[in-house]
Amino acid sequence: MSAMFPLIVEGAMTRRGGKVLVGPVDLRLEAEGITMVIGPNGAGKTSLLRLLHGIARISAGQVTWACDEGEARRRQAFVFQTPVMLRRSVRDNLAYPLRLTGVDRKTARTQAEVWAEKVGLGDALTRPATALSGGERQKLALGRALIRAPDVLFLDEPCASLDGRAMRDVEAILRSAAEAGTRLVMSTHDMGQARRLASEVVFLLGGKIHDRGPADTFFDSPNTAQARAFLRGDIVE
Amino acid sequence: MSDLWGGLSQAFYMLFSLDADLVEITLRSLQVTLTALVIASLIALPLGALLAVRRFRIRRLTIAVLNALMGLPPVVVGLIVYIMLSRSGPFGVFGLLFTPTAMIIAQVIIIVPLIASIAHQALRELWSDYHDLLISMNTTHAQRMKTLLWDGRRALLTAALAGFGRAIGEVGAIMVVGGNIDHHTRVLTTAIALETGKGDFALALALGFVLIAMAIAVNLVIHWLTQTEKEGRW
Ligand SMILES: Nc1ncnc2c1ncn2[C@@H]1O[C@H](COP(=O)(O)OP(=O)(O)OP(=O)(O)O)[C@@H](O)[C@H]1O
Ligand SMILES: [Mg+2]
Repeated sequence: MSAMFPLIVEGAMTRRGGKVLVGPVDLRLEAEGITMVIGPNGAGKTSLLRLLHGIARISAGQVTWACDEGEARRRQAFVFQTPVMLRRSVRDNLAYPLRLTGVDRKTARTQAEVWAEKVGLGDALTRPATALSGGERQKLALGRALIRAPDVLFLDEPCASLDGRAMRDVEAILRSAAEAGTRLVMSTHDMGQARRLASEVVFLLGGKIHDRGPADTFFDSPNTAQARAFLRGDIVE
Repeated sequence: MSDLWGGLSQAFYMLFSLDADLVEITLRSLQVTLTALVIASLIALPLGALLAVRRFRIRRLTIAVLNALMGLPPVVVGLIVYIMLSRSGPFGVFGLLFTPTAMIIAQVIIIVPLIASIAHQALRELWSDYHDLLISMNTTHAQRMKTLLWDGRRALLTAALAGFGRAIGEVGAIMVVGGNIDHHTRVLTTAIALETGKGDFALALALGFVLIAMAIAVNLVIHWLTQTEKEGRW
């Protein structure tokens, strides 16, 4: 296994039907830490994560991993803002990524049960995933993304519909994943969560990186007036 | 009128006494159509999935061709198969004309476009649901197709049943290539055509009842399947 980092993004941009969703973005991500992407609705958080993950078409610039692209793709996972449920049971949803890589059925099922327990879906194993609640879907998506122990995990507002307790559980899972060496890049609207988890913050505005810095300095004294206003909960122009 | 009543009562008698001819013809019909259905599904379902997941340039063309083929009159399909299989045709050496195999070939050609097209419709919807996740998980094309075929199996069953309904009730093509030979290639629809032509309504009606019963059964199953699908289960 070669090193994936640093991830170097140069002038990368996603355009769709003439509209720029995000970019041009210049960014360098190091191997350690949790990067938190914040910004108002429509700022381009989702678009940026998709761009980094490689599932959005890059219209300009480039996103370069330190290892080769195929390997980089295999070692990433993504939790979508609206989780995608396979029309299968919870257990089969969790086992699915393992089955893709050729893990035998029995091992995959056992692993699925372990992860169902971890994300708090231990007693929903045989339920159809499409019948889960919004919060349960997010938990399932998280387990399914972590089950292959990815080296990089992108999470797009993974706690948006979770109650306080579930959020704490999920944050604990994320923290232990990060400690185990998974690089997290996530977006959130919950500034409390951003403060609790982030080691680095990227503040997006109008599709561009407007402000950026290590978490402690960013939260205490953001460089830009807009970031300051956003953190205060004011309207950002 | 009395003809008809006589025929009707005789038809019921044949049905309930399991008349040998009736049973034989019905079983042959089922054998031919089910074989054609299995072969057609093996071709059409993966084709539907392939069309759903790939954005290749000829997709539009393939879909247009499928739609055109769906509108093709079965008797024309029969004619083409006849020419292919006749002694002087390219596949003449196999001596398949006027055999159940020829009928199966014709039915496969008739229902592949139908099944593929319905399968494609259903799987395209599923694919738009799954697209981001499966791309993100770095799946191969084969894995995507397999996932769609498995998770969409209920809709695919509906597609296959529609194919069955079309094939079992088809008469033009199999009449041409099968020849409606007694004890050899005579099936429900060709027998009905023959008996009606002869004015022997009893057997024709009895065969007709069997055919109607099958059509109703298939439609009930399709209805039930789409019903359960709407309830968000799979
Ligand atoms: N497929 C698309 N076609 C056209 N415009 C799009 C598309 N997807 C997103 N956009 C636009 O791009 C901009 C950025 O969207 P994006 O989803 O990245 O925002 P976001 O920061 O994730 O917002 P939110 O906080 O609401 O999730 C928005 O203005 C959005 O309307
Ligand atoms: Mg978003």
